[in-house]
Amino acid sequence: MTTTAKWRTWLLYAGVAAVVAYCLAPFYWMLVSSLRRTSDIFDTSLIPSSVSFANYRALFDPAQGFTRALLNSLIVAGITTALALLLATFTAYAMARLEFRFKRLVLTLIIATSMFPVVSIVVPLLKLFTDIGWINTYQAMIVPSMSFVLPLAVWNLTTFFRQMPEELEQAAMIDGCTRGQAFRKIIIPIAAPGIFTTAIITFIAAWNEFLIALTMTNKPSMQTAPVAISKFTGATTYETPFGSQMAAGVLVTVPLVVMVLVFQRRIVAGLTAGAAK
Amino acid sequence: MVDTKIPPGTAADGPAGAAGGRAGQPAAPVKGSRRAWATAASGRTAALLVSPTLLVLTIVVLYPTIMALRESLYGPKGLDPKTGFISTTEPFVGLQNYADIFGAAGDRFWNAFWNTTFFTVVTVGLETLIGVAMALIMHRAFSGRALIRASILIPWAVPTAISGLLWRWIFNSNGVANAILGHQVLWTTEGFHAKVAVIIAEVWKTSPFIGLLVLAGLQVIPKEVYEAARIDGAGPLGQFRRITLPLVKPALLVAVLFRCLDALRMFDLPYILVGAQKNSVETLSMLAQNEASNVRFGPAAAYAVILFLYVFLIALGFVRLLGADVVGDGGSPRKKKSNSKRRRALGPDSAEVSA
Repeated sequence: MTTTAKWRTWLLYAGVAAVVAYCLAPFYWMLVSSLRRTSDIFDTSLIPSSVSFANYRALFDPAQGFTRALLNSLIVAGITTALALLLATFTAYAMARLEFRFKRLVLTLIIATSMFPVVSIVVPLLKLFTDIGWINTYQAMIVPSMSFVLPLAVWNLTTFFRQMPEELEQAAMIDGCTRGQAFRKIIIPIAAPGIFTTAIITFIAAWNEFLIALTMTNKPSMQTAPVAISKFTGATTYETPFGSQMAAGVLVTVPLVVMVLVFQRRIVAGLTAGAAK
Repeated sequence: MVDTKIPPGTAADGPAGAAGGRAGQPAAPVKGSRRAWATAASGRTAALLVSPTLLVLTIVVLYPTIMALRESLYGPKGLDPKTGFISTTEPFVGLQNYADIFGAAGDRFWNAFWNTTFFTVVTVGLETLIGVAMALIMHRAFSGRALIRASILIPWAVPTAISGLLWRWIFNSNGVANAILGHQVLWTTEGFHAKVAVIIAEVWKTSPFIGLLVLAGLQVIPKEVYEAARIDGAGPLGQFRRITLPLVKPALLVAVLFRCLDALRMFDLPYILVGAQKNSVETLSMLAQNEASNVRFGPAAAYAVILFLYVFLIALGFVRLLGADVVGDGGSPRKKKSNSKRRRALGPDSAEVSA
């Protein structure tokens, strides 16, 4: 190996290390801070002097209402994802397999809605939901979330369906299946991984939603986890309880991180499906 | 292409569109001919399959938009001069809310407008630079690629609200940012440093995402192109400028467009990191949300409408001027025909796009 080649290899390793450090350092800081004792929360050493789970215990104190917030998040994100997938599967199938007039226009419109500023729909919906008494209900969070989750799911699934060989369903239809049967018996099972990937991406998007959940609720018992955590107040009024906020942040993020680590290949495929044609 | 058992000379090999108008005829099960499926029956099926989604989007997007337009023409409920009670209806004020934006409420609006624009330009610019650099590193790295891919997804998976809290903690006056700098900066108080804090946090969260999209674009560039360039004597820099950049441009454009539109509606991060109604970081989304939660629906709707128009114009500009291909359909009908082959013949096709 020549000297320049060696240098290049080292440079590459340094680059890899830099990228990994850049991505992980703040996350690591959240993890470490959540494990510090309240007394040394302002400690800036890289490793906590003594590991404490006090922050986590404080979190599940019923007075915090954090368990309820987690449950709310799970319900809102779960139902949003399920509804979006159900509708998006049919639409995406039509987009990928059927030829019809205005197809491009319809797809463009659907994708365009995902770029919509959420606040533009939140303002009028807040007024509507106030009038019909929907404030502090799950549906008041689920319905507006569909505005960005549904286009995301349609777009993702369309690219997945396009990747699947058309011959399979054609063969099934020659064998006497109707299009509906071919769809149920052939397409859905083969598309399951794609649908699953879309479900993860959709779920993460819905789980991360903040603006809608913040605006549509004012009762602490109905707040989703991100909203509840942002409103944590400590025992004293003028000190933000960073320890328990970090612990809550870890708890809200870790399920997503685990999902990401387990299904990283698929998630990358799903996220880049539209960009790298 | 895989061989099929259908004899040559059927509709499949003819020009697309030949089978277009044959309604009622069973769809010819032939590969490569999408048009053969375009029967009246498939049109009906498509309408049936697509309508639920369109219905939902009409309810959650179109209807609120029209409501916002209407709402922006109404003022707040005032006192009824006859009864002395707060009136039950909102008075129609015409374009007064918009006039106020450029007059009475102008300062706060323009501040939010420039904040939004500033954040968008700076964050997307930095994200693109860092993202492309990340993608180039990842593309070269053969060992440790899985590690990078996993770690790059983590900022993306951390909810924005949580990352707002995380960075608020890092930027605390006794926090680690000041410890590293060895300098006391009150990051999360009003001032330019609050803007910097928001930008750093936003760039951390989203540049890996651009990196991911660009990497995907890099991976479909065929190696032969680089070999040819090397033979022609192009150096690393020339290869980057003449091959990598043009070939990755479609993916990059879509990524930048999406990031721009996302940055224009920025809400969670400044709201949590610095706070509501903070002059130095208030964005249009924060302004509209704040007005709405204070039951001033008219002005709130007017801000929301203006933000919507702003986002729409930027998106239109990208698609028209820069030719970002958002739908991923290639655009012209000619390219559409090769769509099914696209997946298999990635390289030549993307080369064609950039040509």
